[in-house]
Amino acid sequence: MSDTAFYTKDLSVFYGEKQAIKKVSITFPERQVVAFIGPSGCGKSTFLRSLNRMNDVIPGARVEGEIRIGGRDINDPSTDVVRLRQKIGMVWQKPNPFHKSIYENIAFGPRYHGVKDKRNLDEIVESSLRKTALWDEVKDRLHGSALALSGGQQQRLCIARSIAVQPSILLMDEPASALDPVSTAKIEELIAELKRDYSIVIVTHNMYQAARVSDKTAFFLMGDLIEYDETQKMFTNPSNRATDDYISGRFG
Amino acid sequence: MVVRKELDDGLKQIQDWLGEMGGRVERALRESMTALTNLDMNLARKVLADDLRLNQIEEQIDEAAARLIATQQPVAKDLRRILAGITIASDLERMGDLSVDVAKAAIRLEGQQLVKPLIDLPRMADIVRGMIAESIRAYNEENVDLALKMAKDDDEVDALCGTVFRDLAAIMAGDSGTIGQAMLLSFTARYIERIADHATNIGESVVYLATGKRPELN
Repeated sequence: MSDTAFYTKDLSVFYGEKQAIKKVSITFPERQVVAFIGPSGCGKSTFLRSLNRMNDVIPGARVEGEIRIGGRDINDPSTDVVRLRQKIGMVWQKPNPFHKSIYENIAFGPRYHGVKDKRNLDEIVESSLRKTALWDEVKDRLHGSALALSGGQQQRLCIARSIAVQPSILLMDEPASALDPVSTAKIEELIAELKRDYSIVIVTHNMYQAARVSDKTAFFLMGDLIEYDETQKMFTNPSNRATDDYISGRFG
Repeated sequence: MVVRKELDDGLKQIQDWLGEMGGRVERALRESMTALTNLDMNLARKVLADDLRLNQIEEQIDEAAARLIATQQPVAKDLRRILAGITIASDLERMGDLSVDVAKAAIRLEGQQLVKPLIDLPRMADIVRGMIAESIRAYNEENVDLALKMAKDDDEVDALCGTVFRDLAAIMAGDSGTIGQAMLLSFTARYIERIADHATNIGESVVYLATGKRPELN
């Protein structure tokens, strides 16, 4: 059994009158990959975004219930959201590197959080790029533009940027859906590597990706958590008929 | 999503092939037993010739299953249906081979008189043919109750097999000249009993298909 990285209890998210997430309780194990699957509009991305309070910026969005990391509720007014997002990194669907050099993309976060020493920054840049298997590809052009990288490289750069501030949790919102199959395979390999150090939650439209990369899978439907179990169980013998129908492509 | 035609067609094809295999195995057992009872050499040789098609269908099922897994990424019940299909095809192919063994026993007895009229052996074969038909029906209907019934029928077949062994042992004890034939008939009882075991395996595969769990029925 793995330790708990964090958990939600009766988490609901509203957009105005509409309830997008309905009292969902999930426990996320430490250093494992949890995949969220479900048809468009099922609430999986909303749920993911609420885990580092990205929904704060959406007008009319309201959260009820608990999201607890190390005993503390992240929605407590005393929470420092900047610190929270340092601890819980986010990788988006489309690679979104800053219009800066490769080096500066990585150094930005640590510098923002107070690392000034050049040697320290160099080390962080190198180790972050090594962890994302990008170092050998870019070490000779660290000060070249990040935008000159391929899409797959840009996405790995964004992951390197997330881990440069030493988070414990990584949230990924369809991190490979804009990439070609080879780049996708690299991202998936990377996820398998990263889970040694991080707890990962990934939203994916590609069920086979969920089956390949995750330890546990959560299936959402219209804001409800329908089933949450070991991925192997979910894809060979799900308990719920709706899960079976969805992953077998009968609807969705 | 909801592009399942290729997968659904493939699953249907496998199901049809399994149905054909079941029908052929049932016939092979019926004909081999008739060939033995009547020492009908032509019928015995027909069973041998017909078995080729069974082997061929098993290969077709394996190929179709591999293609569906490689190209359609089946999961959950679709995946279990394919895995169960491969296992069931393998059981049916073995059942065909065992029917061939019965037919070969008939061929080895060519020109001999039977040491006794065959009564319990055909009874065993009748029960086992019923099991074959029901195992295929259980698969088609995903009928767990019917699948579990295989274990009960199998016990009955085992009991009859024991009776056949004892009768033949008594005949051998009374007349050592009957040993060769009586041994052969004992083997035949064993072949039929093995076919029943394979039918019971099919029952297990049906339970796996329906529930995701494999019971031990044998």
